[in-house]
Amino acid sequence: MRFVILMILTMMASAVTAQQNPQAPPSGNAENGKKIFTAYGCYQCHNYAANGGGAGPRLAPRPIAFPAFTRAIRTPRDEMPPYSLKMVTDQELADIYAYLLTFPAPPAVDSIPALRQ
Amino acid sequence: MAKSKKNGVDRRGFLKGAAAGAAAGAAALVAPPLVEAAGAQQAPPQRPAAVPPSAAQLAAETELLSADGHAMTVENAGSDFMVDVFKSMGIEYIASNPGSSFRGLQESFITYGGNRSPEWLTCMHEESSIAIADGYFRVAGKPMIAMAHGTVGLQHASMNIYNAFVARNPVIIVLGNALDANARRPGVEWNHSVQDCAAMVRDYIKWDDTPISLPHFAESAVRAYKIGMTVPMGPVVLVADGDLQENAAKDRSKLRIPKLTLTSPPVGDPVAVAEVARLLVAAENPLILSGRTVRTEQGMKLMVELAETLQAPVQGGGRNMPNRHPLAGGGSVASADVILGLQVDDLWGATHEFRDQQERSYQTITKAGAKIISISSNDLYIKSNYQDFQRFTEVDMALAADAEATLPSLIEACKRLITADRRRALDERGKKIAAANVQALARARTEATYAWDASPISTTRMSVELYNAVKGKDWALIGGGGSRLWNIEKFYQTPGGGGAAAVGSGLPISVGAALAHKKFGRICVGIQQDGDLMYAPGALWTAAHHRIPMLLVMHNNRAYHQEVMHLQRMASRRQRGIGNAQIGCVITDPNVDYAQLAKSMGLYGAGPITDPKDLAPALKIAVERVEKGEPALIDVVTQPR
Ligand code: HEC
Repeated sequence: MRFVILMILTMMASAVTAQQNPQAPPSGNAENGKKIFTAYGCYQCHNYAANGGGAGPRLAPRPIAFPAFTRAIRTPRDEMPPYSLKMVTDQELADIYAYLLTFPAPPAVDSIPALRQ
Repeated sequence: MAKSKKNGVDRRGFLKGAAAGAAAGAAALVAPPLVEAAGAQQAPPQRPAAVPPSAAQLAAETELLSADGHAMTVENAGSDFMVDVFKSMGIEYIASNPGSSFRGLQESFITYGGNRSPEWLTCMHEESSIAIADGYFRVAGKPMIAMAHGTVGLQHASMNIYNAFVARNPVIIVLGNALDANARRPGVEWNHSVQDCAAMVRDYIKWDDTPISLPHFAESAVRAYKIGMTVPMGPVVLVADGDLQENAAKDRSKLRIPKLTLTSPPVGDPVAVAEVARLLVAAENPLILSGRTVRTEQGMKLMVELAETLQAPVQGGGRNMPNRHPLAGGGSVASADVILGLQVDDLWGATHEFRDQQERSYQTITKAGAKIISISSNDLYIKSNYQDFQRFTEVDMALAADAEATLPSLIEACKRLITADRRRALDERGKKIAAANVQALARARTEATYAWDASPISTTRMSVELYNAVKGKDWALIGGGGSRLWNIEKFYQTPGGGGAAAVGSGLPISVGAALAHKKFGRICVGIQQDGDLMYAPGALWTAAHHRIPMLLVMHNNRAYHQEVMHLQRMASRRQRGIGNAQIGCVITDPNVDYAQLAKSMGLYGAGPITDPKDLAPALKIAVERVEKGEPALIDVVTQPR
């Protein structure tokens, strides 16, 4: 019993931290994110389908954790152009992130005859 | 009209005897074609005489003089001899727009030469002519002629001459020009004439000459072929002066064509080769970086043999190795202790990481103490002005030699050093590389599933569907498209890389490559960029007109997309105008209908395809058309990259 109560307490505590955690993604507007993804040029290197291509890595489905996501965009490690606060607000980043979360998992390789070579 | 020359025999002053003059006034007889193959020519008029006239008699009788005594006809035009010269070298094709500065030569090619070996390919832009010749060389392994008109034609041609130069591909460029100011037609001919024709492209050709006599022409043509084909190869220019083409050859029987003997490529110094072998055999993690090494099917076999002897990974793709070979790919520059660069154009770029941010920065990515070896013919020939030689690379050994030609001695030297113990260690290494490559292929397949059903269509899906449409056949890529997901086993299945990334070169290179494949009946396919096609789409017409079967699948991202990304970088750095990058770079409003464009020039056209499900059926139909001998184009609206 004590064990169960402890469990519940721990779960509540983590729920609270999640809410207050500055690292967690703020809620975003996926629809606006979709628009920005094109308007701000993310599609150019990551493709409209966010599957990545010759010019940038795949971003969705399952985007990297939000803090790393923000870092990658504000201060890219390599060739990606930096997007400062002047260019993209934090809320807009959250919107893009929300949009990337809407991408469904791809079909299994074996379900695609053209890839069963 | 220029007046007669005082001396010498030329088209304007070839005065004939009185008898000939009298005969000339009698009838405008047509001289018979000199070569039977000129099928389109009309038969000469029937002569009632029982004894046919000799050639000399006929020539004398059909010679026309103007009222003021100027020759109006010519026998044995100098350009006929020029054609003999080109025929002697086994040239199969001439790619060219027509141009008045080489009207004499063109007439000789099509009538005296019978328009066979070489055959005239009608082009729509000199830029296309040159790149068709470039693409043809990539497959045929021998040069063809591309012709250009004095000033303006060569100016059009220059971009793809540079591209062929950077790719080290020979093209024999023949330029028409009117050197003699006294004989030039006023007006346009002056605008199209130039004192030193080749000057404007001399920075990016290997050699040029302006012969002033027919013996000189023959010698220089043979020399041009030889120099163009000597490693490192490259385009060469031969100027065919208008008078030399149009005036009579003084005595054809005395004109000789020198023997053509090609120079064998330079092979690495044996002592240096032995040292390279020692380093490679002793290395724990050797890596072979291969650029434009392989020039022949045999070269590909040698590359496989070197990789297998060392059980070392070969990076570089293209036509170096069958791409599913267990040692094709894998390894890394960062982990290698010995890096062997074979014919790598940019070894610095391959061994450094460069960051294109506001402040450009770079660092080496090689391991401390790693040995870098270069075997390349590029060291044998370098020019100053154009910077295609890339950044200076610090290496530990540099062999100025042709890599393919050096492979046999390098393989032998390695084999001599490998003991049974070493063999076991190398084989263990090979197994790991092979296993990593199997995983990489599996990863590539999984990666292809992302955006599989997306519209615009993913470029990976387009490539895979294209492969599936041809994989059971004898296919060859003539443009982009190959990847790990294609099983590329033969040398001729890719057109080979190299070049100056010149937009506008892709389409005509594909046409030239398909032309060279034609006699083997291969199904030629390639992925074609939209921006590249729009430079000079007339090359499509050339493919249709000359019945060159090929299938182009448009990677239509409706933009000069590379530049969109560059503008985005600028916008990001300057923190303004985030949504403006498309201005000046996209090809929309209106969208180009590539299927209609292709159809208008006589190709089979389909699309634009936006639903990926429509792709496979469309490809099936298009491949059937290509199998019947037609060129075809399918427009596919794609993801940007
Ligand atoms: C000009 C090309 C380009 C544009 C435009 C671009 N990216 Fe990138 N992006 C890259 C490249 C290249 C990388 C790989 C890391 C690097 O080079 O910095 C990257 C990495 C990322 C990553 C990290 C992914 C990972 O798995 O590590 C994220 C997230 C990302 N980009 C999001 C965006 C978003 C959102 C936009 C639009 C606001 C955008 N990018 C615009 C080229 C681009």
